[in-house]
Amino acid sequence: MPDLGKYADAVLSSYAASLVLLSLLVAITLYQGRKARRALEAVERKGNDRG
Amino acid sequence: MSVTEPKTQPKRPSGFWSYANPVKFLALSERILPTLWWLSVICLAVGLIWGFFFTPDDFRQGSTVKIIYLHVPSALMAINAWFMMLVASLIWIVRRHHVSALAAKAAAPVGVVMTLIALVTGAIWGQPMWGTWWAWDPRLTSFLILFLFYLGYIALWEAIEDPDTAADLTSVLCLVGSVFAVLSRYAVNFWNQGLHQGASLSLDKEENVADVFYFPLLVAIAGFVLLFLALVLYRTGTEIRLRRTRALLAREARL
Repeated sequence: MPDLGKYADAVLSSYAASLVLLSLLVAITLYQGRKARRALEAVERKGNDRG
Repeated sequence: MSVTEPKTQPKRPSGFWSYANPVKFLALSERILPTLWWLSVICLAVGLIWGFFFTPDDFRQGSTVKIIYLHVPSALMAINAWFMMLVASLIWIVRRHHVSALAAKAAAPVGVVMTLIALVTGAIWGQPMWGTWWAWDPRLTSFLILFLFYLGYIALWEAIEDPDTAADLTSVLCLVGSVFAVLSRYAVNFWNQGLHQGASLSLDKEENVADVFYFPLLVAIAGFVLLFLALVLYRTGTEIRLRRTRALLAREARL
């Protein structure tokens, strides 16, 4: 860990806030993507079953 | 009266425009997304670890200079995401390709997070350097307005039920918001007052940050650009699937 001196709070909170926001964005994106994929597959399956 | 066969078949779009076809677009994105995800993770990890652990403090700003590896790439992407949305919106207005409208819609949440990161890291950086979290400086103010435009753009998509009408109206909003995207980039050049410094990166070598900060910053920027591309491609695929699901359900309801 580098010595961040008197600005340690500012630097660490910047990294923490940014990484949390980026992680949330990626997690929500993947969750919504998988949900949409499952929903489409279910509707297509239902359509195929009806012929 | 006899009906004659047309002598020529209608011309199919080729090259870039062929990806306006949702099936072709999905096939392409499925093919390149794994590489994009990995490259973005590698570039982000290398850029941020290099910048955080292996660069010295600045002689004036001390260790706060390490915030540059988050602040500059996120601000850059906040502005360029809006320009990507502008191009996609113009394609929608002119050529009525649904994929381009959905790509613009998909980019907005990514852009809003990039803008938020730029605003938050800017405020945290500003406090020890300027003595204040916020100032009504031209660049900061235009960035805040850009953030509000992002929120308005997302809200407008959600508020309108008919997707084509939503695409039309959000495209117009995107055109208007482009003024603030330009201002966010060039506000420091238009007005000399304000706390924010000029460009950290420039083609003019005289204006750039020192090499020891410059190279890890370039890698971090590459990481943010790749992450943006991966997220937008993936989210556009999600929007295409949601649209297809709605269309199938509507057809089923009519039967």
